Amino acid sequence: MNHIIKAIVEEAYQERRKSIPDFKPGDTINVHVKISEGNKDRIQEFKGIVIQRKNPNTNGETFTVRKISNGVGVERIFPLLSPSIEKIEIIRTGKVRRARLYYLRGKMGKAARVKEGRTLEKDKKGETKEAN
Amino acid sequence: MSGIIGKKLGMTSIFRTDDKTVKQIACTVIQVTPNVVTQIKTEEKDKYRAVQLGCGERKEKNTTKPLLGHFKKANTTPKRKLVEFRNFTKEVQLGEVIKAEDIFVEGDIVNVIGISKGKGFQGVVKRHGFSGVGGQTHGQHNRQRHPGSVGACSFPSRVFKGTRMAGRTGNQRVKIRNLKVLQIIPQPEYSLLLVSGSVPGAKNSYVIIEK
Repeated sequence: MNHIIKAIVEEAYQERRKSIPDFKPGDTINVHVKISEGNKDRIQEFKGIVIQRKNPNTNGETFTVRKISNGVGVERIFPLLSPSIEKIEIIRTGKVRRARLYYLRGKMGKAARVKEGRTLEKDKKGETKEAN
Repeated sequence: MSGIIGKKLGMTSIFRTDDKTVKQIACTVIQVTPNVVTQIKTEEKDKYRAVQLGCGERKEKNTTKPLLGHFKKANTTPKRKLVEFRNFTKEVQLGEVIKAEDIFVEGDIVNVIGISKGKGFQGVVKRHGFSGVGGQTHGQHNRQRHPGSVGACSFPSRVFKGTRMAGRTGNQRVKIRNLKVLQIIPQPEYSLLLVSGSVPGAKNSYVIIEK
């Protein structure tokens, strides 16, 4: 991509990017999404395993979260920098050997587990941060 | 009409919130280096009114002498791209520098003109949007993307002029209408113009933005 676009247009979103925790495929996360119904704003949570992050380091970066809801697999794709995402929490990290966890789609129950991965430590503000 | 010459840098996307719904809008980033008025055509002298703008730098040794004189008249350095705008709405002087923010404001509806990417010799499916022959069954083979019949019978026993066929595609002047100016980012040396959607042409090619 052109360096001017990178430096000026996408720079405006850097602050937002920094506020997002560094999660990876395999992590279990909780996404808080703002939803407006009529005049009211409501926060909806979507909790599941991250199965991919696409187009990294661009404004169009997205991530896919998969969860099993009532025995049916549900996947939701979020734009990473979207203002409608209120907060992203890392609940559990996962240890996986590939970047796209499409193999989880064919598995249910115990087979669809992901091993616990790198450890997270809490800093003073109570936010989770990756340990070095 | 008024307009300006810019350079297509590439595409990105930005987020906009209107009426509480968040939208991710694909946009093209156009770099507008300051344009210079190189000629003003008047009714008396040229029988029509127009303004010629120049953009980009050209080496003096690569400029012909007649053109050098033309630029000298406007008291400016040789420019790479010259475009004439008929009935320019803004009052300008010869040699005046025009920036994007002088002409456009955010939210304007503009047309963008560029030279589309050359695609070489292409068949009718890509070139004219034909749907091909339609299938591989009923005795068909080896003609999935063919145009079908081009003529009729013993009458007219010829192919009509203008029948759409395969040929050179792209590398043509294309105008995309009704694009929205999403954002203007003024910088000391150039300004960036964010226009919704895509714009014809390759990266680093000159485009004309008109209002």
